[in-house]
Amino acid sequence: MAEMAANGEEPEVLFWVGCAGSFDDRYKRVTRAFVQILEHVGVKYAVLGTEESCTGDPAKRAGNEFLFQMQALTNIEVLNGYNIKTIVTACPHCFNTIKNEYPDLGGNYEVIHHSTFLQQLINEGKVHVKGGEAFKGQRITYHDSCYLGRANDIYEAPRDVLAALDADLVEMKRVRANGLCCGAGGAQMFKEPEPGNKDINIERTEEALATLGAGNGVIATACPFCMVMMNDGVKNKEQEESVKVFDIAELIAQAEGLSK
Amino acid sequence: MIGLENIIFLIVAAIGIGLFVWQIRKIRKNVLMGRDLELADNTSERINKTLLVAFGQQKMFKRMLPAVLHLFVYVGFLVINIEVLEILIDGIFGTHRILGFAGILYSGLMAINEILAALVIVACAIFLWRRNVTHVPRLWNGVEMRAWPKLDANLILITEIVLMLALFAFNISDLKLAQLRGAHIAGAFPISSLFVNALGSDPETLHVIGRVGWWFHILGILAFMNYLPSSKHFHIIMAFPNVYYSKLLPKGKFTTNPAITHEIKAMLDPSYQPPAPEVDAEGNPVIQRFGAKDVEDLTWKQLMDSYTCTECGRCTSVCPANMTGKLLSPRKIVMDTRDRMEEKGEHPAIFAPNHYKEMGVERVEVTEEKTLLRGYITPEELWACTSCNACVEACPVNIDQLSTIMDLRRFLVLEESAAPASLNAMFTNIENNGAPWAFSPADRFNWADELYVPSKN
Ligand code: SF4
Ligand code: SF4
Repeated sequence: MAEMAANGEEPEVLFWVGCAGSFDDRYKRVTRAFVQILEHVGVKYAVLGTEESCTGDPAKRAGNEFLFQMQALTNIEVLNGYNIKTIVTACPHCFNTIKNEYPDLGGNYEVIHHSTFLQQLINEGKVHVKGGEAFKGQRITYHDSCYLGRANDIYEAPRDVLAALDADLVEMKRVRANGLCCGAGGAQMFKEPEPGNKDINIERTEEALATLGAGNGVIATACPFCMVMMNDGVKNKEQEESVKVFDIAELIAQAEGLSK
Repeated sequence: MIGLENIIFLIVAAIGIGLFVWQIRKIRKNVLMGRDLELADNTSERINKTLLVAFGQQKMFKRMLPAVLHLFVYVGFLVINIEVLEILIDGIFGTHRILGFAGILYSGLMAINEILAALVIVACAIFLWRRNVTHVPRLWNGVEMRAWPKLDANLILITEIVLMLALFAFNISDLKLAQLRGAHIAGAFPISSLFVNALGSDPETLHVIGRVGWWFHILGILAFMNYLPSSKHFHIIMAFPNVYYSKLLPKGKFTTNPAITHEIKAMLDPSYQPPAPEVDAEGNPVIQRFGAKDVEDLTWKQLMDSYTCTECGRCTSVCPANMTGKLLSPRKIVMDTRDRMEEKGEHPAIFAPNHYKEMGVERVEVTEEKTLLRGYITPEELWACTSCNACVEACPVNIDQLSTIMDLRRFLVLEESAAPASLNAMFTNIENNGAPWAFSPADRFNWADELYVPSKN
């Protein structure tokens, strides 16, 4: 971004990568897949790179309003400094926080989650996955992220994106507004679960596996935390050979032949 | 024709209504214990929501069977109010079926009323069955579902059945008496007419049965009205204002504390002038408590929430923490708030034990140390919440359980620094590295280096 600004240019969109997208090895692949799509369709985008910092979402959900506002005010200063207007992000937590909570602190942007963004690209015909045989006959089930779904009423965009693939989309028992949390939200990602008789991600994985049935299948996610939780769940059930967890951006990138 | 009976009625009705007003004032006072909150915006959207969710029962229809049964009881409640009006007028002025002049309209009303009354009996009977025999888990399980909430629910259902039976007793005897006299009475009674022969044909007895039914019905309603503030059944009143004032913002948006904003802005920019601190009536600065420790730290809306709760457990039954055996139950958070509020403030006049503790437990002394947080709700419950909003989504009367949980969490972190160690580590990482993990901020852009290198795993 700094480079673009130095050249006096402004991006169409700023891609907010997020901490998971920057540091988590698995999720870095999603970041790269999404960037490949951006490059492929020729959107003029920028990233903040090392100038980006945590949005403060985990601090806020854990109750540390002070640290959250610290992060938010600093980030807003950077974003406003570059005169950013549109932000796209693959992380529902970053999305929710920047979209809903930054305005109170002086950060007003159009914030788009990558599922909506991809849906638009498909609708506009910029990405045309039809014809790609990559997913023919594969069973895919989509796991709703709480911070996309209930928190922001985005249920259809990720499903529309998946529908563009030539796959067999199957729904779990608890979906959309009734979806079941992966267990990572509210800063749970960063701590051990409280004592109980089961971990939440196991409950959700069992449901996903029951939906996919025997044989190969994909659990599609649209959130870095959901991805970690579902991956752990699949490993816990020793199904990692037959069931893969992919972000919707990765699936599109694969279908477009952008990545393997 | 105003006689002694009417004067007695007038006195009884006045006492019943007066007592109710007095109870409502107590509740108002309790709710106003909470912090101020401006919710007068977006009137039209709020009215819409109230029509849909409160009047239209929209969220009930997530579960079909209880929704339909509840609809009978709810519509029955709305329609019966017209009849109650008639009873009041008849009672005061010694008239008989004063609204009868409305002819066909009245007949229709009575007929609908009778059918609904019958459906209410059926619905309540099924509800009793579900609670006590099939033990629908969300109505039965949970630490918060102790003696009082269970008894309360049963009392309500039985009362409703008895009230409807009294209404039928009145109608049937009326009908039979008219038949004996060869007279015609106003109204149509599709259910009662099936039972005209059930009560024998001694006019004296019939008259007594009719009066007893009539009196029982109206006394029952007056008593029931005063029972409401002690009961989960209070939702029949509170559901409407509570939905009206419910959150219109996206569920993911949590509140921002402006006091903290000023503090941080002053820290980042020494020239920043924060507004003068709030002062109380004596001119002393108001000490801001960050987050909520006790009921007065919550907003009046959060307190109103707890008076609206129907204890239906829909929230708890969809809570991922609860369903995997953790201590958290969003219903308990709401019920605890109500108990604590009544412990600290006023409590209902009759049947005082709103408190879901085992019955017989005395009202606890209000002490400095005992607060909503820790006194009722433990940190373990709070830390189990994933902030997934499933409870908020599920609640048929638009209660925001999550906002209370978050405010209590904030107190733990901001005032007591009592977060679990791993969360403290996460805070430190964000502070030092700008990420919840211990990675160097300089590595933030590393993913780009690998962009055109196919990943190996
Ligand atoms: S927001 Fe918290 S309390 Fe509500 S359902 Fe989710 S985990 Fe349970
Ligand atoms: S908070 Fe709402 S969903 Fe939960 S028990 Fe009370 S009324 Fe039912």
